[in-house]
Amino acid sequence: MKIIVCVKQVPDTSGKVAVNPDGTLDRASMQTITNPDDLNAVEAALKLKDETGCKVVVVTMGPPPAEGMLREILARGADEAVLVSAREFGGSDTYATSQILASAINRIGLEQDDVVMCGRQAIDGDTAQVGPQIAEKLHLPQVTYAAEIHKAGNAITVKRMLEDGYMTIKVKTPCLLTCIKELNEPRYMSVSGVFEAYSKPMEVFNYETLKDDPLIDPTTIGLKGSPTNILTSFTPPLKGAGVMLEGADKETCDKLAGLLAKKHII
Amino acid sequence: MATFNNTDLAAFKDVWVFCEQRQGKLMPTDFELISEGRKLADELGVKLCGLLLGDNVEGLAKELGGYGADEVIVCESPLLNVYTTDAYAKVICDVIEERKPEAFLIGATNIGRDLGPRCAARLHTGLCADCTHLDVDMDIYKDFLRESSTLAPEKVDGMKTAKVLGEDHDVSRDLKMTRPAFGGHLMATIICPRFRPTMATVRPGVMKKAPFDQAKADACKITKPVVKLTEDDIDTEVVEVVKAAKKLVDLIGADFIVSVGRGISKDVEGGIKLAEELAAELGGVVGGSRATIDSGWLSADHQVGQTGKTVHPKVYVALGISGAIQHKAGMQDSECIIAVNKNETAPIFEIADYGICGDLFKVAPMLTEAIRAAKAAK
Ligand SMILES: Cc1cc2nc3c(=O)[nH]c(=O)nc-3n(C[C@H](O)[C@H](O)[C@H](O)COP(=O)(O)OP(=O)(O)OC[C@H]3O[C@@H](n4cnc5c(N)ncnc54)[C@H](O)[C@@H]3O)c2cc1C
Ligand SMILES: Cc1cc2nc3c(=O)[nH]c(=O)nc-3n(C[C@H](O)[C@H](O)[C@H](O)COP(=O)(O)OP(=O)(O)OC[C@H]3O[C@@H](n4cnc5c(N)ncnc54)[C@H](O)[C@@H]3O)c2cc1C
Repeated sequence: MKIIVCVKQVPDTSGKVAVNPDGTLDRASMQTITNPDDLNAVEAALKLKDETGCKVVVVTMGPPPAEGMLREILARGADEAVLVSAREFGGSDTYATSQILASAINRIGLEQDDVVMCGRQAIDGDTAQVGPQIAEKLHLPQVTYAAEIHKAGNAITVKRMLEDGYMTIKVKTPCLLTCIKELNEPRYMSVSGVFEAYSKPMEVFNYETLKDDPLIDPTTIGLKGSPTNILTSFTPPLKGAGVMLEGADKETCDKLAGLLAKKHII
Repeated sequence: MATFNNTDLAAFKDVWVFCEQRQGKLMPTDFELISEGRKLADELGVKLCGLLLGDNVEGLAKELGGYGADEVIVCESPLLNVYTTDAYAKVICDVIEERKPEAFLIGATNIGRDLGPRCAARLHTGLCADCTHLDVDMDIYKDFLRESSTLAPEKVDGMKTAKVLGEDHDVSRDLKMTRPAFGGHLMATIICPRFRPTMATVRPGVMKKAPFDQAKADACKITKPVVKLTEDDIDTEVVEVVKAAKKLVDLIGADFIVSVGRGISKDVEGGIKLAEELAAELGGVVGGSRATIDSGWLSADHQVGQTGKTVHPKVYVALGISGAIQHKAGMQDSECIIAVNKNETAPIFEIADYGICGDLFKVAPMLTEAIRAAKAAK
């Protein structure tokens, strides 16, 4: 049994986000981190490894520096890493991204009791589409928004969150799960893990490696294979600065209530 | 090279909305999307159809007509009673391939965001995630950009085409789908110029619901295609569906929201109580920043923001909330924002209509009292 976890390196959007004058993001000035939900997926995989001794393989598609992120995840306890990287893959929307990641998973090899895990959503593109689209391309059943995962034999039981409650879903392996932060608390790297990380296998899949997979086709990958196009991107304007009321006492509150009443807001 | 059967754009017509129901009840988002879909269908000069899946759900269909659907396509089967990705995706893709809509909208609920990408991948088409604004008409779209972007006016005025596979493509009939990315720091308008249907998931609570019209409801046509679905099509088993025991707060429908942030930390219960009293006086509900949810002070359904709910009440009061971009993303379109924070440089003040720099534990009760008095004086 093995678990393949898809992880993405993303700019840290929680800190200061720099925007270029033309409305694009100044990525160079931003820190990169491992996408937060993906760390929950990694942790879920490592927990299953603790229980069953299964293998954990992490996969990312991205530019070569993403290797550093993969080493960190090996240091947390994953066994093998794959970096999917090629110029041909650049500019992919979620359709094309999932097409490429699915072919990488085919290449790693998916067996009867394997599980693919993704984060629910990446904090840069913010679409939450790649997980379900990989599942479709690999013809796997999917369960998204996983908040609990229990494995017994080849059956997995997942607590799947809804806005107004949850569902308990049973699914057989192989399958794909997308993970949310409620699932667990990701562990840190251990000192021994950091040492071992450098001797663990790290493979690079480039265009040559994957090109014979039927999913890889000039019409389905990269910019040309992406059904969506970005027409424009822009930054939202700041809302016009409001009024700072003077003081913070009863008089201030009375004045505010008066203004609201006058404008028929209350 | 792969070939695709959905590139003849002229063969696709009509706007469709996936109308999600849970336990035999339509979701509030359905009415928002039908209302928005009506607008788009009119801009395109085509029909608006609702697509409703379930078991014994035909009775729900007419109501959708009251918000603007010309037709509701009802797909019924006992296997559609509870949502499964497999069953819903199969039935939806089957009807789409048969009837070829040009645009397909889905509410970006936890179910819509599970279903949408699965269908788009199968149909080989583009899906825009979690949209907050939709347009077809170029003039209306440009007005939207002028109002809601920092783009230079010349750039907006001259907009007509997009580079698609190296060629200029006229975007005047494309659905222009605008969405936040990078945690709300950036907005992007996405098009799907080469394939149909154009698909979008749409964030709940953002589109405005039209007034209900009984005559339109009565006139709404109902069609029931044959559903081809067997148990073998479904690879998952839903063991149970559990509704949250507590009554969830209805942030999206609320006209008044009083939200609390980490600023209540020195007396959490007291702070929440003050917010409840203010909310009660206004006739609204209590919300919270993610910090209050992560700390376990309020349950997750109270969260406002990028990963919580998007709200646009008449009045949004932020008590002890700093105003992180992810929080603003969910509340900055409120009609009137009142912020109370003891730090005068808190970013929340940048978007507040009325800011009070002070201790929320002192200000909130005074504000409740002042509003009570102002109402009484009317
Ligand atoms: C401003 C902007 C808006 C965009 N809007 C859209 C849009 O509406 N529709 C669209 O189709 N594309 C869109 N894209 C493109 C999209 O962001 C990219 O295709 C991106 O590679 C994947 O999408 P995501 O970041 O949203 O990932 P998500 O789908 O949110 O990621 C979910 C999970 O999939 C896995 N995953 C995602 N990417 C990778 C990767 N590279 N390597 C390994 N695992 C991965 C991770 O486990 C992740 O947690 C947009 C891009 C930009 C810059
Ligand atoms: C991917 C991602 C998604 C996120 N999604 C969301 C989201 O959906 N919603 C959300 O809210 N956040 C979200 N966040 C978190 C967000 O970045 C902030 O961390 C969060 O909003 C901060 O909450 P806060 O304002 O309550 O706390 P803080 O930032 O700690 O602010 C507390 C404020 O209270 C003030 N204060 C303290 N004491 C008092 C007092 N006695 N009287 C008055 N004022 C006082 C302080 O001056 C301070 O400004 C997200 C973050 C990430 C990375």
